[in-house]
Amino acid sequence: MPEQFYFALEVALNGLLTGVMYSLVALGFVLIYKSSEIFNYAQGVMALFAALTLVGLQTGQVPFAELINAIFGTHLSHFGWQLPPLVAIVLTAAVMVLFAFLVERLILRHLVGQEPIILFMATIGLAYFLEGFGDLMWGSEIKKLDIGLPQGISETVESLTGKWFGYGLFIDKLDIAAAVVAGILVTVLTLFSQYTKQGRALRAVADDHQAALSVGISLRFIWVLVWSIAGFIALVAGVMWGAKSGVQFSLSLIALKALPVLMLGGFTSIPGAIVGGLIIGVGEKLFEFWVGPLIGGATENWFAYVLALIFLVFRPQGLFGEKIIERV
Amino acid sequence: MTSEAITHGGAMNPEGDGWVTPDGRHIGPVVLEVKNITLRFGGVTAIKDISFDIREGEIRAIIGPNGAGKSSMLNVISGFYHPQEGEIWFRGQKRPPMKPFQVARQGIARTFQNIALFKGMSVLDNIMTGRITLMRSNMVDEAIWWGRAEREELAHREAVEKIIDFLEIQHIRRTPVSRLPYGLQKRVELARALAAEPKLLLLDEPMAGMNVEEKEDMSRFILDVNDEFGTTIVLIEHDMGVVMDLSDRVVVMDYGKKIGDGPPDEVRNDPQVIAAYLGVSHE
Ligand SMILES: Nc1ncnc2c1ncn2[C@@H]1O[C@H](COP(=O)(O)OP(=O)(O)O)[C@@H](O)[C@H]1O
Ligand SMILES: [Mg+2]
Repeated sequence: MPEQFYFALEVALNGLLTGVMYSLVALGFVLIYKSSEIFNYAQGVMALFAALTLVGLQTGQVPFAELINAIFGTHLSHFGWQLPPLVAIVLTAAVMVLFAFLVERLILRHLVGQEPIILFMATIGLAYFLEGFGDLMWGSEIKKLDIGLPQGISETVESLTGKWFGYGLFIDKLDIAAAVVAGILVTVLTLFSQYTKQGRALRAVADDHQAALSVGISLRFIWVLVWSIAGFIALVAGVMWGAKSGVQFSLSLIALKALPVLMLGGFTSIPGAIVGGLIIGVGEKLFEFWVGPLIGGATENWFAYVLALIFLVFRPQGLFGEKIIERV
Repeated sequence: MTSEAITHGGAMNPEGDGWVTPDGRHIGPVVLEVKNITLRFGGVTAIKDISFDIREGEIRAIIGPNGAGKSSMLNVISGFYHPQEGEIWFRGQKRPPMKPFQVARQGIARTFQNIALFKGMSVLDNIMTGRITLMRSNMVDEAIWWGRAEREELAHREAVEKIIDFLEIQHIRRTPVSRLPYGLQKRVELARALAAEPKLLLLDEPMAGMNVEEKEDMSRFILDVNDEFGTTIVLIEHDMGVVMDLSDRVVVMDYGKKIGDGPPDEVRNDPQVIAAYLGVSHE
């Protein structure tokens, strides 16, 4: 096999692993959209906020330290303890559940039955509020997120592929870990929605609100549940991305990576989000590898959108959506 | 209730509150009562000061021309609409304003005039979802005790299969409901409502848009449900003929007002009811 082939394979594999992350973020959008027809603009900022909270709790940061110091002239910054990663993760998950509860109580409940555009606007407001709130609570400097995830090039993969193909593939351990965690999360979510009472209720609400109410399902409860799950997905995405490139504002931009995935996979399809993420991940890396050098690189910023647009023109209903036939 | 027993041509119930119908079914005491209900939508008054009761075990029809306020009444009982005035008494207690899901959890199931099924699910899944209030397992349980959750699931499946047999829809149990013809969708919706094992079943025009044969089937199912499970049924129909065959007592509505209430023969011969129906008898 020519060396070029292995290069491409390596690039494709990296793309696949990145794609899993895109899938995960897209999944957060799809869940909320399906159950409440809200396009949650805040999904990316939720990932940032979750990651900030995780680092803050783990390193024992005093929340709102700057604010407190400004008012009382104190010099607080840290409590001086360090929480084990697992404890910090559980606590952060609890914070995201609380967040979901507040979103339902303070926003969704009051906007029931409003036009989707109004709800969308509300999530824009929510996004910028949460961004500012995260800054105020945990400070705006770049933070290092370290919960003991494996880092660096995987020697196992390199030596194994070296033995088999005579070419050692470079794969980042963190990418593998992220893909495994995302894979587990997707599996658990699928099992949950297919085989549990609450999962069934969630599917019912996603399908028809009136019918769901008539069989005794509380929409409010389902919304809190869905936003909690979306918060948990945001946490996982935030942790993986944060571990890779630090916790900072740009983390919230992973939402922008999920948009083309949604265009491709459809807003209401869970398999669409997963496959769409993989296609975009692999597509953008291969395109950058093959075509990038010819046209001056940096294609990763726009390629996903162009690919999604092309798909959209030919399959506006998304990868797995049923063809919409206009009846006249 | 001797006077009522007489107007129904039936004998007194041994319990003293209610009567036995000519075909031998027991009508019991009042389960639900609406008192002086008024419901307005902006300038439109959909229901004007209406009161009536529903007795255990009976088939209670609400009839009236289009736009009379029948569906609105059903929506008030099931918690989808909240009246500006009036009270609802359920099982001897005044009911506070409730959300539809809370009403459903009290054992009141319903179908919709414009079919509200879970379009993305199969027939079986739709009916299964109808049992959701009877499912006990919570999330933690399910994560820890797969075994128990599975046993419960099996019990629910069995109950659902019984309903499927009962309504003769075995052949479509795996079909996505969106692929079914209108008449069968109505039947699946009834199946889903039955799956909750309701005490009170509210049916909004279950026979609308059906052909004669389908109507006959549906009439038979409604009678069988009432007879075999003892389910109290409120039935909205605007076809007088169907109502005469099925119901024990009829409320007649017109322009949001109650213009008649009593057994079918009595109501049919009421001049006011005849007048209301004259203009729309072709419908
Ligand atoms: N959600 C609603 N909003 C506004 N008006 C309504 C609503 N539901 C019913 N109405 C009005 O109430 C009146 C009674 O309607 P409805 O209860 O559907 O009558 P029926 O079921 O007897 O045909 C009609 O004038 C209808 O337009
Ligand atoms: Mg109606």
